[in-house]
Amino acid sequence: MLDLINVSYDTLIPNNVGLSNDKRVLKALEKWHPGYINWWNDLIPDNFQKSLVYLRTAVSVDPKGWAKFDYVKMPEYRWGILLAPQVEDRKIPCGEHAGEPAWQEVPGEYRALMRRLIVIQGDTEPASVEQQRFLGKTAPSLYDLRNLFQVNVEEGRHLWAMVYLLHKYFGADGREEADDLLRRSSGSEEAPRMLGAFNEETPDWLSFFMFTYFTDRDGKMQLEALAQSGFDPLSRTCRFMLTEEAHHMFVGETGVGRVIQRTCEAMKEAGIEDPYETDKIRALGVIDLPTIQKKLNLHYTLSLDLFGQEVSTNAANAFNSGIKGRYMEHRLEDDHRLTDATYPVCQFVDGEIKIVDVPALTAINMRLRDDYTRDASGGVVRWNKIIEKAGVDFELKLPHESFNRKIGVFADKLFDPEGKLIHGQEYDDNVNSWLPTHADGDFIQSLMVPCYEPGKFAGWIAPPKVGIDNKPGDFEYVKLYMA
Amino acid sequence: MNKPVKQHLIDPEICIRCYTCEMTCPIEAITHDDSNVVVDFEKCEFCMACIPVCPTGSIDEWRVVETPYSLEDQFGWEELPVQQEFESAASEADTSIEALDDAMAALLAEAHSGAGGKAKAPASASKPSINLYTLGKPAEATVQGNYRLTAENADTDVRHIILDFGGQPFPVLEGQSIGIIAPGADADGKPYLPRLYSISSPRDGERPNYNNLSLTVKREPNGICSNYVCDLKVGDKVKVTGPFGATFLMPNDAQANLLMICTGTGSAPFRAFTMRRQRSNAGSSGGMTLVFGARTPESLPYFGPLKKVPETILRKHLVFSRIEGEPKHYVQDKLREEAGAVAEILKDPNAHIYICGLRSMEEGVEKALSDISDGIGIEWAAVRNAMRDEGRYHVETY
Repeated sequence: MLDLINVSYDTLIPNNVGLSNDKRVLKALEKWHPGYINWWNDLIPDNFQKSLVYLRTAVSVDPKGWAKFDYVKMPEYRWGILLAPQVEDRKIPCGEHAGEPAWQEVPGEYRALMRRLIVIQGDTEPASVEQQRFLGKTAPSLYDLRNLFQVNVEEGRHLWAMVYLLHKYFGADGREEADDLLRRSSGSEEAPRMLGAFNEETPDWLSFFMFTYFTDRDGKMQLEALAQSGFDPLSRTCRFMLTEEAHHMFVGETGVGRVIQRTCEAMKEAGIEDPYETDKIRALGVIDLPTIQKKLNLHYTLSLDLFGQEVSTNAANAFNSGIKGRYMEHRLEDDHRLTDATYPVCQFVDGEIKIVDVPALTAINMRLRDDYTRDASGGVVRWNKIIEKAGVDFELKLPHESFNRKIGVFADKLFDPEGKLIHGQEYDDNVNSWLPTHADGDFIQSLMVPCYEPGKFAGWIAPPKVGIDNKPGDFEYVKLYMA
Repeated sequence: MNKPVKQHLIDPEICIRCYTCEMTCPIEAITHDDSNVVVDFEKCEFCMACIPVCPTGSIDEWRVVETPYSLEDQFGWEELPVQQEFESAASEADTSIEALDDAMAALLAEAHSGAGGKAKAPASASKPSINLYTLGKPAEATVQGNYRLTAENADTDVRHIILDFGGQPFPVLEGQSIGIIAPGADADGKPYLPRLYSISSPRDGERPNYNNLSLTVKREPNGICSNYVCDLKVGDKVKVTGPFGATFLMPNDAQANLLMICTGTGSAPFRAFTMRRQRSNAGSSGGMTLVFGARTPESLPYFGPLKKVPETILRKHLVFSRIEGEPKHYVQDKLREEAGAVAEILKDPNAHIYICGLRSMEEGVEKALSDISDGIGIEWAAVRNAMRDEGRYHVETY
């Protein structure tokens, strides 16, 4: 019998999907594998490939088994194919098929739509590893270096998860798409990644933390929605990926929090009360709070664009066909079909932003984005508590959803962070205090010097409150390979 | 007063509200509002499924409470409340978080009672994991080794047992114990309760970075579990609960000066302490002194390996009570002979005293420490209570 909890190691690829009995898919994946390893080896600098990194590897999808910590060389990390255990008698949770048994195979009529969703999700996973490829050289501590690599190997595993679905359920088309996932490359002229935010470079660690907090959170919301899919293998894949995605949220939230903490401490030590005394604060070797706000504005708004058009028939189709649900669909109490329901959406009417009720079915993207904003604002509350505790008079805010948008109803128009429609001149006069400038980037870059001594941290970031896996403060999270 | 209960909580300052625990909980005992993720006391069954999936460690928090915190209480928190103090009359088994199993908690409370008050962990100790595996859901370990530690002609049979946990996470700290469940049933047909054994290897494994640990077990005449353990063969599977113990731990502070007094298998935690120091400290440390009593060198566990530990790491005083032609010599006698050094330790704010072994050693050791205190004009009971309250005086006897 197929053992769905324990991971089998009888093939090159650890899995709990019975690969050794599925020769066709196994062969396809083994053919894809060398390309993946080449991609990985090209990305991560050689000395890091040879270093021992204290990583968490999933050895089972049982809660007690998937968090096994050990020193691993990254190329030897066991990227596996792991699906959450099958729920017996699972039903399609939403749309016109709600209540019917969940699909174990792809229904023919939804094949193209489903493939596209899986490819879009799959494309983001390797993209972020590509975006973060240079960060190892400037890690503020071994703790942070380890967290970066953990994020990287898990994004790699998520790519595996999507490639498995493509190989298993989409035949030759699927194999071609899987190859293309390795062919496209973040920031490339000829073959860029599919979504805009995934072609931006992650140039420094504050950007990395902001990215993992805001952009990976979009990934989390998309995974949450796909975990509600009526296509059971996709649902199970995404449910297991979510447990790993949580670590990325952790890196982002605590990373930004630790930067804020250190800035506030340095200000207090130097007796600086005014958070806008930027030059004096920067002279302390820490990142001033207004610059952190600007980075927040940028990453939050780029991430909002990832949710697509507020009103979308594609999204309606995905929901209605039962391919993609809403956030926590199983906990919502309505008919799960949304035939007559409406949902309030911000629209631009006669030169003004208005809240308009639209058919809920077409507002699926918007709803997920609202859930995202609620989720993202939680961390901002925590960050503000750090500032308040330190006794600094400053408050971080999420900008209005209309600010700095490239996709949706607010694109092509200019708004300030409060959501006021403004003219070009006013925007140009103020944009340098709303979004990070080249000079801000250069300053942050100037702080990016590596700190590789166990237990030590770069001067612009505070140590974490708790170690990974309960390890003590001076734990050597990465044993660096010295050539 | 209500009987105090143990409550599972989440640290809101560390939690990042990813809800992974909530999704993992098999019985929906975890819920959230816009600010906090919380555990419902009425529902939580301590199954521990949520512990390893938490990316932050915020999930592993426990409090002993007379009245459990409600969901509303927890939603309102910005930080975790401190552990409430219980009157000294309150039972330690009820008011400590050494174990979540009541039977195991009672055994540990009994073992720690010789410290004369509520046990506290050293300030710089790591946070222990408690009771990840229970009687209902034990871990399964595989025996990797079983070696006799005492000479063939010795009057006792003490064994060094190595257990491997494979892929199951089993995080331990030096000084913790595990429970072993002997197979079979008692006279009433009930399965045996686990017996507690101190771990004798350091936190990173008997072999560094292997998921294994060692025990030091003495064969007791008619002892059901000890005979079972001492007869284990390589490859045998053993049912294990735990880990247990949250106070008899070693300080992480390398400058802490440790005085460790033991007899027989009471040496188990001190082997772990010593190996931890050897593996983790390249530089100088605050020092370690071992006063170890046995009948003869042949019956002293780890006699050979112990001799090889350099005196610069561990000052060793081995004392024997049954050597032919020599007077009986006990650990308390050695303490008196070393009165000057012991007095220094009693006055040192970085010093920790650990006593582990048979219950019968307690009285003599306590009397010796008391007399040494008198000699330098300090009152033993006051020193002991102060040290214990600071997490610097630890007793585990059985």
